[in-house]
Amino acid sequence: MSALVPLLVTLPLLGAAVALIAGRHRRTQVVVSVLTLSLVCIIAAVLLVTVDSSDLPIAVSVGGWPIPFGIVLYVDRLAALLVMVSSVVLLAVLLFSVGQGAADGDDDTPVSIFHPSYLILAAGIFNAFIAGDLFNLYVGFEILLVASYVLITLGGTESRIRTGVVYIVVSLVSSILFLSAIAAIYGALGTVNMAQLSQRMGELPQETQLVLHVMLLVAFSIKAAVFPLSFWLPDSYPTAPAPVTAVFAGLLTKVGVYAMIRTETQIFRENDVNTVLLIVALATMVVGVLGAVAQAELKRILSFTLVSHIGYMIFGLAIATPAAIGATVYYTVHHIVVQTTLFLAVGLVERRAGSTSILKVRGLMRAAPLLAVLYFIPAINLGGLPPFSGFIGKFALFDAAASVGTPLMMVVIVGGIVTSLLTLYALVRAWNLAFWREDDEEHGESENEARLSYLGAAPAAAAQTKRRVIPRIMTAATTGMVGLTIALSVFAGPLYDVCARIGASLMDPVTLVQLEEGAQP
Amino acid sequence: MDVSLTLIIIMAVLFAAGVYAMLERSLTRVLIGFLLLGNAANLFLLIVMGRPGTAPFWGSADPEQMSDPLPQALTLTAIVITFAVSAFLLALIYRSWQLGQADTVEDDAEDVAVRERSAVDEDSMDDEVSDDDDDATTDFVGVETAPITVLHAKDVPGLRDDAPTDRPHRGGDR
Repeated sequence: MSALVPLLVTLPLLGAAVALIAGRHRRTQVVVSVLTLSLVCIIAAVLLVTVDSSDLPIAVSVGGWPIPFGIVLYVDRLAALLVMVSSVVLLAVLLFSVGQGAADGDDDTPVSIFHPSYLILAAGIFNAFIAGDLFNLYVGFEILLVASYVLITLGGTESRIRTGVVYIVVSLVSSILFLSAIAAIYGALGTVNMAQLSQRMGELPQETQLVLHVMLLVAFSIKAAVFPLSFWLPDSYPTAPAPVTAVFAGLLTKVGVYAMIRTETQIFRENDVNTVLLIVALATMVVGVLGAVAQAELKRILSFTLVSHIGYMIFGLAIATPAAIGATVYYTVHHIVVQTTLFLAVGLVERRAGSTSILKVRGLMRAAPLLAVLYFIPAINLGGLPPFSGFIGKFALFDAAASVGTPLMMVVIVGGIVTSLLTLYALVRAWNLAFWREDDEEHGESENEARLSYLGAAPAAAAQTKRRVIPRIMTAATTGMVGLTIALSVFAGPLYDVCARIGASLMDPVTLVQLEEGAQP
Repeated sequence: MDVSLTLIIIMAVLFAAGVYAMLERSLTRVLIGFLLLGNAANLFLLIVMGRPGTAPFWGSADPEQMSDPLPQALTLTAIVITFAVSAFLLALIYRSWQLGQADTVEDDAEDVAVRERSAVDEDSMDDEVSDDDDDATTDFVGVETAPITVLHAKDVPGLRDDAPTDRPHRGGDR
């Protein structure tokens, strides 16, 4: 079984190499990348079932070095679950982009480098999830970041270069901070292996722990877009091509959240910054969603809600009980799927209506009824209406917080509920305007205009592109993702059980001995 | 753990200079800042190695006398990553210059919107606000003196409004 683990990283890298060589043959590229990601999906499913049923994490020491010294790949339930979800999401978005590329004549996507970069991004994401030591986590981050630099400036148009520069410079700073934190941790403890770190960290004085802790948290917060380090996200995501934005929104910030889950639960178990995290979570939720309300462009609205919902995951981390960690993991999974689906649906709106400004788009309900459904279901899911997974995740978080029951917890719960309602407001208002408003509606138009006039100054409020037909494969990919969001709600029971087990096992982190046992064939 | 004080001082200076250069608006300076920061972090990794000893080859010396090999491996990896990212940044700077004859970091769209909106509000309130600092930016050094605009002040042959993009030939192999 352990032979499968390195394949999660090597398969996408090999696929990228083949896709790069086959740069001139588009069909070959498509076949290679779809095949690669499908294989990874299967491997991830096998690993998840194995790890969950055997209750024993799988550890692989790469190159045969003894365990605390060499590179360790480490798959526990958390890693397996996230690899599983992200591989499915990556595959769906890939199919979406294939449909887009095939129909467009590629004005926006230079195909020859898209597939290799996309597969390298996948390799980086998987590597980060299964890294057993901090430095390998750093390498995973760098792989996915460099691929994301290429993807966000795809085609090298002026607007993409402008926004890409901000994204790249911010990412560079966080990488350097992460690297320095690793150096400081190695200097203090003489190891970068996470299992060994969790044992040795307690020997340091609290003040030293705090410095190391904050360095790592700041580096990860930049990547996860936690307020006040989230300023870069809403400006840089919307200009990238729709599938790229979708996968960035779904996965890249979650890799940061994953790293924060590991630091909080495994490395810094005896160093408590939970009060600060609670306040930061509240600020992230509220500030993010207020930004969303002031936007007129769908992709920007979604980028701001993305920032705001990262706050829920930080909230769960800050509660720091097993139930809360389980709820955080469930919420992360829910958010990966739902946010990606919403961005894909908006990609379809952009094609169908030729704009994503809610001041311009109208009458889509009649013109594209299926699209209306595809947007509506994930929108109310993200807003947290029952019976969808967003409601289950938020309810689990609030439940865990209420059982701790300090006054600050109660304040954050109220903040969470307000955020959820405002998210619903922003997304349903967009739905009302873009889909529900009739194309030829004269009555009450001036009232509408007056009420919306404050949105006129928002960025990209007047942006307009060509209207185009939607290829069937793009609709199919989006429908599949919507189906997945519904499946997360229907099968919430078993999934939540897995998450609860993750929460319980993270509270009791793996020791070096267990790691060595897990490495036995 | 005894380490060289010189190395620590150099690292601190590199960190300071790197942060300062990265705060600039010119992308070329940002690149220089990133290189300085990257080297500072690499030095940091070397410093935490502790007392330098002999080369860590198996059997060549008593293990107590050897250097710690792990930070060296980490540093090598970090150097390679820094190198790759710098190459990408250079390409980005070139492209930015090709498109706009400048290599500056532009303002956030949201910031521009907020600034315009607040400018309108100020006008309507008829405050005695002076417009002197309208053009004020966060530059430490003006755009005019940014390296690439200085080198190529006017009409450059290499500058094209319709800079080519990487598009496949239509109808080629589809």
